[in-house]
Amino acid sequence: MNVALAPADEPAAAARLAHPAARALIRRHYFRWWEALPWAAAIGFYFAFPAYLAFGTELLITVLFALSLDLALGYAGIITLGHAAFFGTGAYAVGLLAFHGVWTEPITSLVLAAMVAAAIGFASGLVLLRTRGLTLLMLTICTMALLQEAANMAHDYTGGFDGLPNLPIAPIFGAFAFNPLYDNTQYLYALAVLLISFLFVRTLVYSPFGQSLTGIRENLLRMHAVGAPVRRRLVICYTISAALAGVAGGLWAQTNAYVNLSALDLDRAATVLIILILGGYGRLYGAFVGAAAYLALEHFLARVYPTAWQLGLGLLLVAIALFAHNGILGIGAMLWRRYGRRRAAA
Amino acid sequence: MTAISLETEGLSRHFGALTAVNRVDFKLAAGARHALIGPNGAGKTTFINLLTGVLMPTRGRVLLAGRDITARAQAERVKLGIARTFQINRLFRGLSALENVCISVAERVGAAPSMFYPAGRRADVIEESMHLLETLKLGDAARHRVSELPYGRQRLVELAIAIGLRPQVLLLDEPAAGVPSAETHIILDAIERLPEQIAVLIIEHDMDVVFRFARRVTVMVGGAVFAEGTPREIEANPQVRSVYLGQAAELAAHG
Amino acid sequence: MIENIDFADILLGGISAGTVLFIVSVGLSITMGLMGFVNLAHGAFAMFGGYVIVLAMNRAHIGFAASLALGFAVTAVLSAVLERLLYRRLYRAGELDQVLFTIGLIFIFIAATVIVVGPESQLLTLPPGLRGQLDLGFTHYRTYSVFLIVVGFLIVAGIWLAVERTRIGAQIRATVDNRRMAESLGINVDRLFTITFAFGSGMAAIGGGLGAEFLGLDPQYPLKYLVYFLIVVSVGGLGSVVGVYCAALLLGVLDFVLKLYVPKGGTMFIYVLTILLLLWRPQGLFGRKEP
Repeated sequence: MNVALAPADEPAAAARLAHPAARALIRRHYFRWWEALPWAAAIGFYFAFPAYLAFGTELLITVLFALSLDLALGYAGIITLGHAAFFGTGAYAVGLLAFHGVWTEPITSLVLAAMVAAAIGFASGLVLLRTRGLTLLMLTICTMALLQEAANMAHDYTGGFDGLPNLPIAPIFGAFAFNPLYDNTQYLYALAVLLISFLFVRTLVYSPFGQSLTGIRENLLRMHAVGAPVRRRLVICYTISAALAGVAGGLWAQTNAYVNLSALDLDRAATVLIILILGGYGRLYGAFVGAAAYLALEHFLARVYPTAWQLGLGLLLVAIALFAHNGILGIGAMLWRRYGRRRAAA
Repeated sequence: MTAISLETEGLSRHFGALTAVNRVDFKLAAGARHALIGPNGAGKTTFINLLTGVLMPTRGRVLLAGRDITARAQAERVKLGIARTFQINRLFRGLSALENVCISVAERVGAAPSMFYPAGRRADVIEESMHLLETLKLGDAARHRVSELPYGRQRLVELAIAIGLRPQVLLLDEPAAGVPSAETHIILDAIERLPEQIAVLIIEHDMDVVFRFARRVTVMVGGAVFAEGTPREIEANPQVRSVYLGQAAELAAHG
Repeated sequence: MIENIDFADILLGGISAGTVLFIVSVGLSITMGLMGFVNLAHGAFAMFGGYVIVLAMNRAHIGFAASLALGFAVTAVLSAVLERLLYRRLYRAGELDQVLFTIGLIFIFIAATVIVVGPESQLLTLPPGLRGQLDLGFTHYRTYSVFLIVVGFLIVAGIWLAVERTRIGAQIRATVDNRRMAESLGINVDRLFTITFAFGSGMAAIGGGLGAEFLGLDPQYPLKYLVYFLIVVSVGGLGSVVGVYCAALLLGVLDFVLKLYVPKGGTMFIYVLTILLLLWRPQGLFGRKEP
């Protein structure tokens, strides 16, 4: 069926693979030295700031949540303001099981949270991803609002507005218990989950599947025209993204031993979107940079001057939208390229 | 009797009251070099969209090597062997030329759905894409982002993406459109070097290109086939001259 | 279950609430249909204008009609300035940038309102002529609500006529249909956008002021009702005045009815309906189908 081009010979093929462009692609997935930095920083943080481990845990969970959104938004180009739907699903899955004494083992609970969130992601993705633009945005918001209302209505099980406090979480591997006063276990647990999840996302992003997602984001029509089953890829991506968001939500419920309706809030969905864009979407580490920057600023400013914080955030968003929509990492990449060019010219 | 790669039977497409394509019977032979010409708005791009599945016809059939593919979606038709280029480039702008072609080749060889190993390990995909770029004299551009390339070379990348699919049938929608005249020869050379077995249909306005390249010409006016024949026959046809070539000559005289 | 509530009362209550939604949202529908711009900050203009109207009446003791006019004018001018300076730069940008930008604007408006006026709710003091009850024959109903319904109907009729019968309306319809063609016909699309945007925001201001009783008027307004405005606009169909009107009334009546009979979970029903409708007809009830 397919017509063959002229057959290639061995030395010529090797020469082609040695071309700088080819080498760049072959090496794209190699680990670079600076990729160890965020993890070194995370471990250093553990030892350097033992009093701030609650904040640190929140940061790690937010990074995971933003990372999940990056898969959908940054790599597949699915614009959603409803990602908290999956975060909340994971959180409530864990919370309901623990609160009602059904299941308290943390690691398997997380797996379950991922599966439930994935199921919802798959079902909603199958249906929603037929639409695009404003319609899709609306549908993601409505799905999330729908789940929040459902959680509210089922207040006999979910505790409604007050939520489910004091969730009993069993010790990890039977040995490491969560202590609400000292967040050591929570922090390391979250760090481990984040590391595993990140390696998973990284593998996915550098795989041929990840490359096709980038193609879909860059030029949807062209992807159709090269024979890619676009909708299938988008639904798979959305499902995986939902699963990871569910893990983040489950982590959140476990480390706080608490879950309430805020897990499904528009506010949460909007915040994670802001964080990802602030850091830079489609760049794997944007989630790290954005979460760190946002949460640090919020921690110091929002408590003290909430209105000024909101004003500043608004101005920042306007500035980003107008001038820097590739976020902090985008600015960094641009400066790096310019610096590289100047060095080449000199 | 030459094998027919692609044909249409009574293909029509209406947009409300407007008939964009009107009962077109068209045959594209295997290994053809076939040009489709006609005034602006004659329905040529709509016709290509119908052939590729971007649009569904209101009436009629599309057949590929005898098989009815009228109901098939665009992506399916690509898998069956139809590839196209667009009149305005549809490239993956933020990616390098090599990555652009790799996406297309990866799709073809079935590597694309794989999630758990790095794309960099598919040396076959990368090697074939580099080979293709080199054939189109794009070797030195491989590393660069396509958005940074001059328009003529972008057009070549567009062509490379389509060729990377190793189609049976290649539909080119004004491949030289928008390319500065100093660079058009690169595109035309590339088209001339296409493998013999591929059936090529090219929409063109430039009659020099048509004469150089086409062995058969179809003239489309008002969504219907107006005339068909060899380039010489078409050029000599007085009705065609008045409808189309006459216009062009007038434009040339005043332009 | 509440007995003895007249069916007519329910209908009137829902329609008046829906009318408020309509007046606020009509501008959003027109600008989104015309400019294709996802303006999540539309509610912020409604809030801003509402504050101008209410403060003009309460603190500067300006009359009702004059305050409405003032609110319209000030908001229209402000939005025109923002459109020229900022919005314009994002017309070609992706949806993501537009969402970000407008969320940022919302935050700015909210913070500015808290700083300048304060976090409390504002109350609209009705002019004496609009207080009390009106005898409609088949029932007695709040004069103000009837007033709202009438005003709403006049507005939708007025805008519809303007769009269908005036030259500028024709220009808007042409630009919505095919922007490039409209430009080549000599229509000054840039100016059209500014005028339409200003008008839409001015309308929102009126809706914000008039609806202060139903929707309240406090700094959280743009976020509180964002989803409702979006639902009304997308269900009605972008760019369709009649569509927005119908969707708003429908939503108003549904909300009213559900609050009475299904107090817990009424909103869920609305979300489910919206989802189902948008899946069945992504372009909304009266929207144009994308080819």
